[in-house]
Order: sequence, then structure tokens, then C-alpha cells
Amino acid sequence: MAQIFHRSTNTISRVSIYAAVFIAAGLAWVLMALDRSPYTTRQGIVLGQPVPFSHEHHVSGLGIDCRYCHTSVETSWFAGMPPTATCMNCHKLIWKDSDMLEPVRASLREGRPIVWTRVHDLPDFVYFDHSIHVAKGIGCASCHGRVDEMPLMRQSAPLQMEWCLDCHRHPERRVRPRDQVFDLAWQPVDQATLGARLVREYGIRSARDLTSCSTCHR
Amino acid sequence: MSHEKANSLESARARLAGTRGREFWRSLEELAGDPSFQEVLEREFPAGASEWGEGLDRRRFLQLAAASLAFAGLSACTRQPLESIVPYVRQPEEIVPGRPRLFATAMTLGGYASGLLVESHEGRPTKIEGNPEHPATQGATDVFAQALILGLYDPDRSQLVLEAGEISTWARFIARMSAALPALQANGGAGIRILTGTVTSPTLGEQIRALRTRFPKMGWVQYEPVSRDGARLGARLAFGVPVETRYDFAKADVVVSLDADFLVEGPASVRYARNFAANRRVRVGHERMIRLYAVESTPTATASLADHRLGVPPSEVPFLVWALAAEIGVTGVELPKALPEERARFIREAAADLQRNSGHGIVIPGDYAPAEVHVLAHAINERLGNVGTTVLRTDPVEVEPVDQVASLSTLVDDMRAGRVDLLAIVGENPVFDAPADLEFKEALLKVPLRLHLALEEDETSQYCHWHLPEAHPLEAWSDARAYDGTVTVMQPLIEPLYGGRSAHEFLSVFLDDPPRRGLEILREHWRLMAGREDFETLWRQSLHDGFVVGSVFGPRKFALRKPAAAEAVSAIRAAARDATAAAATAGGAPTDRFEIVFRPDPTIHDGRFANNGWLQELPKPLSKMTWDNAAYLAPAAARRLGVASGDLVAIEAGGRAIEAPAWILPGHPDGAVTVHFGYGRTACGRVGKGTGFDAYPLRSSAAMWSHPGGTIFKIPGRRDLACTQEHFAMEGRDLVRVGTIARFQKDPEFARKMEEAPGRDLNLYPGFNYEGHAWGVSIDLSVCTGCNACVVACVAENNIPVVGKDQVRRGREMHWLRVDRYYEGDSESPDAHMQPVMCMQCEQAPCEVVCPVGATSHSSEGLNDMVYNRCVGTRYCSNNCPYKVRRFNFLQYSDEKTPVLKLGRNPDVTVRSRGVMEKCTYCVQRINAARIAAEKEDRPIRDGEIKTACQQACPTQAIVFGDINDAQSRVARLKAEPANYGLMEHLNTRPRTTYLAKLRNPNPDLEPEKT
Repeated sequence: MAQIFHRSTNTISRVSIYAAVFIAAGLAWVLMALDRSPYTTRQGIVLGQPVPFSHEHHVSGLGIDCRYCHTSVETSWFAGMPPTATCMNCHKLIWKDSDMLEPVRASLREGRPIVWTRVHDLPDFVYFDHSIHVAKGIGCASCHGRVDEMPLMRQSAPLQMEWCLDCHRHPERRVRPRDQVFDLAWQPVDQATLGARLVREYGIRSARDLTSCSTCHR
Repeated sequence: MSHEKANSLESARARLAGTRGREFWRSLEELAGDPSFQEVLEREFPAGASEWGEGLDRRRFLQLAAASLAFAGLSACTRQPLESIVPYVRQPEEIVPGRPRLFATAMTLGGYASGLLVESHEGRPTKIEGNPEHPATQGATDVFAQALILGLYDPDRSQLVLEAGEISTWARFIARMSAALPALQANGGAGIRILTGTVTSPTLGEQIRALRTRFPKMGWVQYEPVSRDGARLGARLAFGVPVETRYDFAKADVVVSLDADFLVEGPASVRYARNFAANRRVRVGHERMIRLYAVESTPTATASLADHRLGVPPSEVPFLVWALAAEIGVTGVELPKALPEERARFIREAAADLQRNSGHGIVIPGDYAPAEVHVLAHAINERLGNVGTTVLRTDPVEVEPVDQVASLSTLVDDMRAGRVDLLAIVGENPVFDAPADLEFKEALLKVPLRLHLALEEDETSQYCHWHLPEAHPLEAWSDARAYDGTVTVMQPLIEPLYGGRSAHEFLSVFLDDPPRRGLEILREHWRLMAGREDFETLWRQSLHDGFVVGSVFGPRKFALRKPAAAEAVSAIRAAARDATAAAATAGGAPTDRFEIVFRPDPTIHDGRFANNGWLQELPKPLSKMTWDNAAYLAPAAARRLGVASGDLVAIEAGGRAIEAPAWILPGHPDGAVTVHFGYGRTACGRVGKGTGFDAYPLRSSAAMWSHPGGTIFKIPGRRDLACTQEHFAMEGRDLVRVGTIARFQKDPEFARKMEEAPGRDLNLYPGFNYEGHAWGVSIDLSVCTGCNACVVACVAENNIPVVGKDQVRRGREMHWLRVDRYYEGDSESPDAHMQPVMCMQCEQAPCEVVCPVGATSHSSEGLNDMVYNRCVGTRYCSNNCPYKVRRFNFLQYSDEKTPVLKLGRNPDVTVRSRGVMEKCTYCVQRINAARIAAEKEDRPIRDGEIKTACQQACPTQAIVFGDINDAQSRVARLKAEPANYGLMEHLNTRPRTTYLAKLRNPNPDLEPEKT
């Protein structure tokens, strides 16, 4: 009776049995990498917006404070998005005929809001509160990056749970003096000492408290 | 009922007869030791809850299983969809995006206002609380106020102006009216009739006065199916003028309730419950209790707190009041003859108690009791010297108190005689709810022009030329008076969603050209009323507070007419003679003869809330039935008729008959049957349609609240009722613990001693250290009326879905908080006890250790956190929960498709989807909000700063939440009380929710203390 399988089949099957472990592991690695990749997290990806607003120009160029536009960042979970009227405070005088700003003028003229695409978007089952982070000395740049160096807004951190937990487990690594929260360029001199002191001073809760599920989920 | 079951019930009855045993039971099946109850106990969810309901073959099952596996995998791979941010164009000055704001407003029921605070998220009202400064609510609410939010967003509300069924507009309506009015005005408006509900609104009253100036001969009719005609007529008979009576339970020591459900029903119930409870809770060092005697013709939730309860058919109530008046010594009243000894003794002892506490007693007649009972109650309170201290008499709160039935009868006569050219019905539904003998619909059809302003297209709209959508109370400007006369402002929280207009704006069509808007009407009337220079200050202050400071009616002296009591007695005698004569001429076997008690439904009221899913799914306080009404019968009566719960019976009275499912209600007086109004709606939204049966056909204008001579007999057929009384039943020792105050004084720790709790070191795992806060709840069973306000508050706060009757029948209701009702003693006259049960937040929680995915875990403050996005639905946790407080989304219950419903959800709580376990979290969103507020101000969280939704709604303040690590907190002090006990502590779960044993204060002369 003729051989059904070629001799090489033996080798192939042996190798493939051995390789299966690596293939499975590789596949798992690919999935994990994909899950953490900018494809999933949108980290570093610039999204289309109705107006190409430049934080770089407004923050480092003109020196406008974060809170001029994001008014409720110290009082509410929501940092606040500037109403059209805020834009027009200046733009009724400067660049008042710019084509680029037509959507802004149209918004005020027609009483229709500008629809921005959300760049920093946490899942709906996460209840993040800006005001408490600001109050406890977490700088804007800690999560949003060097916004003052971004001509177009993009997400600088992965915003995944392990990234959140990293800080909730070790708040001393990120905390900064309250008066430096809005300084995007601030750099610590000796974070280890400073962090430990500020955690005490600001009454930042223990890692066990901060990693309780209901801190963020409910 | 099967023969065997009947036998075992018989023997159980014999066992319990005459004893006030320590035996507690939840249902007759349990009492009889029925195997079906045992099964309920042993199961995590009731039978069938976990099974696929509809027929499903193997092939289809495999298809679905494969598909769901594939989709489950895929769903994890999706990227988050892009979302947008839409800022304001011009941001209103006061709005901080993301921060809710509170507005003071009010709702009316039966015309009377209760002050509310409404939480609004960027212009979307989401949650209702009581206004802490308003005299009628003092921060608490009843079930109707809590459910008002769902009514606002009801997608089935009327959205269109309809002219003869065709879509029209308000402008067209206004044009038509201005064309029609001159002709009607010609004869002084003699053909115009306006039908409203009870009006206490000063502005609406003023508008009607203005209408009468313009149309001097027009008629104004007030009619609501649930009104206080007995009280109004009683006051008129007693004093010759209309008088409002209100009670101060804070000063009372003895209360005799005459068929009154005063803690749960009526315009002042929330306030009464607050004051009553303050006088009833016992703490070490404060061991006084108000005593409550309740005479009632149908079991009420109020009587679950009664120390002595006497259930009698409604025709006997006046005799008992008569006897009470005689015992008290009201002049001109002699003792009635032939009162059975048991009842005579009850009355004698109650009278003696009242006399011992004269000046500190209250005799409160029910709103539905006949006028004679009210007259005698006035006389008794007068005689006892209670008037001025506990019983306060004031001018009437209503704009124009009328006998509403008489008012409606006149209207019907006029309509039938063709004297009515235009009938405007404002917010009422008389085709559905007018007394049947008036034949309102037939008369209505004789009117040439019929207008109907209503929240929904209902039974009446169908027969009107114009149907106009009414603005919801949360959409309109208005005002109304509270039970004590306080003028209460109602401000809109949102623009009318469906183009509705308020009653003020509707009447303005007939008054002003062009018609004015609500705010303008209200402000102008107020400007006149204030008559002050600083009107703006008054207006702004009242708008902020929700009411006009100092507008409460002061008590006044009214002279009781001398012969009033004697007249009432002769009226009672005459009524009894008539009833006997009627019974003699009527046919039918005497065993089928029943008195019929009519009551508004405890959850959907007179039918106006029929389309409210929260209220429909709310278990009725005593029967625990949902989505249905039934004919409530005494167990003995059911035995005689040979019916079991759910069997259909025909009830006949005055030549009209209805079919209804019977329901055996322990404690119901024999010889009477209770039916509730509100169900059986034929024209309403999707939710209410096809639920229950309509009891209005039995009602006649001569017998509004009880019918002396109905007949009832079994007919073939059954109706499946969705009753939750056995769902999630717990098994354990002494779940509800009850004792008398005498026993408490002898042995304060009696409740704790009923069960041995294991020592705190008995633990396999290392102990958990709670360094910061440790949240806990204490529930005082002594003051829980079982009113259900907490349950609806929880539903509203936590986005709990409505599942529908079919799902409730399978035991899949989603309420995180349930109120268990236990009976004690004989099934014919048991004591009822209420026990709210929510997640106990066990310190050693059985649920946490079995979750394979860590979806439920222990928080550092002792909460059993539930992470919905992690839950994969194994349901091991609920399998392991001895308290049965976990709820599983067997299907997609939350409506995520209807856009308008999204507006009403609490944005601080996840909307759960199918396949996810959920449960009470002690309102962790409120804890977090308070913590963030406190930490931002660098201060600790204050005791009382966090209120759970159930606690905030509770009229009797039975629920207290707080930090048990803070020895000075209210909750810690309550837990240190000797009457404190935990549920099933022998399991070593260390529940954070504990109870204070229910204490009673029986009269030792009526119920000697057992040793």
C-alpha cells in the first residue's frame, strides 16, 4: 500500500506540535500589543476637528491659562469646553475675517454649537473627576501631556486602566505643588522627597483606598 | 385552593388562633407549610427565573449559543466609537457643566401641593427629593413624587393637538375659540362649563373668578375620583362652614384612626408620618411611644404600626365611632345597642386611653369615611380638649370647597338637558372615573363643543372635539397650597417636551387676547396679591424657597354646632335601617352578600399613573402585588366562597358587575371585599394598557367609597398575578424581631439575644482593617410603614429598569431594595410588620469570594463594590448571598433605544445591560460626590452629609446612613442601641446594615403582657 503522507510530514507534525505553544503565545502577544496599540487607545492620533485649534499657539504663543477656556476644571468632574462666546471674546477683533474661523462665527450667528470630536474619551463606566485631581496636585500635563507643544490636539497617554492604576498605586510619583498644576512645563527637582511630602500634606488617600473599585466604577 | 392545602391552612389557623404568637409568616402558603414555599426558600431565584421562557428547541439553542460566543469575543475587540463634545454657544451664567443644580418646585395630588427639590443636570431633571423647608414634605417624599420624573419623560404622553382626531395646532385652537366665544358670551356664558380637579391654586382660582366676571352665568365644576367629600361635608355639618382640619402628631400620645391611612395616603401623609415617627421611636433614655388604635374597613399600611387594630366591614365603622363618642361623653350621644363584646371592649379601652391623655390625643377620621364619622370625630376631639393642641382647625385650603359628587351630578344633568354648549375638561378623565350611575359619557356626547386638556390621550379625549396636550407639572409655572395652606410655587424645570400648556395657559385662551404665558399670568396675580412695593424680592425669595414664607393658615376657633353629633347618630341609624331594608328586598344567598370597599390604588392612584412603569412595578404595600389589582378578601370569606388567590370572581353592586381575580389578604375584615381603582384603562400608553380590571363601574354617586350590598361569586377562570411576596424569601432565625415596650424596658437586649452571633475572631481569612470610614446603615423597624417611597427613590437614583409583569412573575424584578412584609398571629387578624432589605454590605461577604472575575470586591470602606463592566454573569455571587439582594439582568431590561428616556437617567450611575449582576451600593455615587466635595475643602465628611436615596425619601426617617467608625455619628449611636440586631448574624457575615427591633406599645388593659 502506497504511503499516503510524505516522509516530511513526520518532521512537520513534530515541529508544529512543538511550535504550537509559541504560536499561541505569539498570538496572545499580538492581541495584547494590539490592545495597547494606538490603534485601540488612539494615543498620539490627531482627530479631525471642525476648526484646527492650536493649543500650542494659544498656550505657549499667547500665554492663555488653561482655565480661561476650561472653566470648570477646579469645580466639576467635567473640565468644561469653552462656549462659542468665549472664542469670540477675542476673535471678534482679531482674525475676524479668517476663513478658518468661519465655523466659529457661524455658530454664534446661528446659535448652533460647534461639535468637537472628543480627544480624551474614557469609557462610560469610568467616573473620572477633574476637580479632585486638580485639588490634589495632579498637573494637567500628567495626563494630557505637553499640550502647549501640540499644534493639533492629540491624546498623549494611553488612558487605559493599568495606566490609571499606576498613579493610583503610587500617587507620590506624580503629585506636584498645587500652584504648579497648570504649569505645563513644570519639572520636579526631587520628586521622591516632594511626592512623599505632598501626599501627606494634601491628604491623598492610601493606595488601598484609591484602588477600591468604587473609586472609579459604579 | 386544593383540598389538602385548605386542610393544612385550617390546621395552621387552629395552631395560631387567638394567640399573638412569636410566629412570623410571609404568605398563607408559608403558614400552611406548603411545599411550594419551601422550594422558594431553597432557590436563589424563583422557579423559572433562570429558564428560557419561550419554547426553544435544541437546534435554535445551539445557534444562539454559537452566535453569542462569537459576539462575546468580538465585542471585546471593538474600539470605542468616536464621541463628540458639544459646548454651549453662550453658557448660562449659573451653570457649571457637570454639576447638578437643585430647584424648588412642587407637585399636586388631589389639588394639594407637596414641596419638592428637583435635581437638574444641564437642564434635564433627573431626581426628585422633598423640599426640606416645605411644611408638607420636610425633605421626604411619597411614591408619587419620586415617580414624577418617569411621568415627565413618558414617551406615550400626549404630543399633539387633536381636532376631532386630526392633527391640529394651538394657534388653530385659539382662533377657533375666539370665533366661538362671542356667541357663548351673549347669554352671559350660561352654556359654558369648566370641569377641573380640586383647586387650591390661588392663581387658578383668580383666573376662574375672572372668567366668571366675563361669563357671569358659566359653571365651574370640580371633580376628582379621589376627593375628600366626606371630610368637607362633615365639616359643614359640624360647623356650618367649610373648615380644614390638620393634626399635630408631634404633640400626641394616643391616636385613634377611624379608617384612616394617614401615614401613607393623603396630602399631609409625609408630614404626619414624620411627626408620628418622631413620637414613636424609642431610644435608651427616651422610652415613650405614641400609641395607635386603628379601626379600619380594609387593611392599610398605617395599621402595620398600630398597637391595636380592629378590622370591620365599612358599615360597622360609623357604629364604632358612635360608640367611641358615647364612651367619651359627647353630649347627646347614647351608646349604640348590640355591639359585640370584643369591639365594645376595644372602643371602651381606646376611649379610656384618650380620656387619660386628653389634650394629647388625636381621633383622625379617614378621608374616605362618611361625613357622620367626621362629625363625630370633630365632636370627640372637641370634647377631649384636643382642639388647639393636637387638632388644628383652619379656613379651607381649597379655593372653593364644594361637594364634588353633587357638583358633577349637576353638570351631568345640565349636559343631558342640553343646557351645556361648551365643556372644557382641565386635566381630568371623567369618562373613565366618574361614578358609573351618572353615565357621564352618554351625557357628554350631548355637548356641542367639548375640549379636553390632559397629559395623555385618555378615555375622555376620545369623546372630545379638541384634545390638547397638557404641560407636565415639571414643565409649567403654577402655584398651589399645601395641606396647611402654605402657598407653594411650582416652577418649570424644562421647556414642555411635547408642546403642552398648563391649565393657566389654557384658561387664558378664554380670558386674554392674545393668550398669555404661564409665568406672566402667575406673576401678575402675585403682584396683585402681594400688593407691595418689593414684589420682586417676595417673588425671588419664594421662587428660591419653593413657598411663600408665612403663608401658612393659622389655627382658628370654630364653634361646633350643638346638635351636630346627635344628628350624625341619627343619620348613621337611618343609613343602617336603609341597608337592612335593601338587603331584605335583594335576592341572592346571604353568604354571597358582601360590602364593597373602594380605594384608590396604592401605587397608580385613581388611574392617572397607570402608564408609569415604576409605579406599576412597585409591590403594593400589603399584598405585594405588581401590575394588577384584585378583589381582596378575608381568608374566611375566600374559604366560604371556595376561591383561591387568582381565581376569578364576579362582583355585582347596584345592577352593574365586574370580573376580578380574588386575592386572599390576611387581616381583611370578613363580609367585605376591597377593590382598587385605577386599573383597567382602555385608552392610555403602552405601559398601562391591559393591566388589571376597572372597578369604577361598581361605584355610584350614592356609594363613593363603600357599597353596603354587593354580591360576589366564583366564576370559571383564573388570572395570573405577579406577586413578589415570596420572591427572594430568606430562611433564617427571627428575621424580623418584635417586642413590646414593656419587654424592652425589662430586657433591652431581647432582640439581640434571639440569635447568637459568632465572635469577631472567628475567621479563616485575615481580618480586614477599616481605617478611614466604614459605612453602615441602621433601619428602625418601629417606624417603617412600608410606604415604598424608598423603593421608588432607589429606582430613580440608580437607573433601575422596569421589567414588566411577565418578568416579575418569573421572579426577575430588579429592585435593589425590597420591603418584606411579615405577618404575625392568626391569619384572620394578624399583625403586619415591614422590613426593608437591601444589600447588607457584609464585612465578610459570601458573594465576594466566589466571583471568578473579581467583579464584586471589598472596598477599603467596607462596601461590596460591584463592577458592572467586569461582570460576566456567572451568578455565583447571588447563589451565595443569604439575603437574596442581588439582581441579575436576565434580559436587556434598560431601554437604551427610546431617546427621551435617556434624558431622565442619573448620569452618575451606569446603565446596566443584559447578563450583568447588580445590587445596592449604598448609593456610592453620592458617597464619592460628598467625599470629593469634602476633600476639596480639606475637611472630613460631616455626619449626615451623605444621604442614600432611600434614606432621603423616607418620610419616617427610619433609614440612617453614616460612618460607623465615628462613634458620634447618628448611625453609630443607633447601632449601639440595645435593640440593634443584624439579619442572620449566625452566618458570620457581619452585615453593615442592621435593624432596630420593632417595638409596640399595646395598652396593657387590652393586651396583657405575656411572661
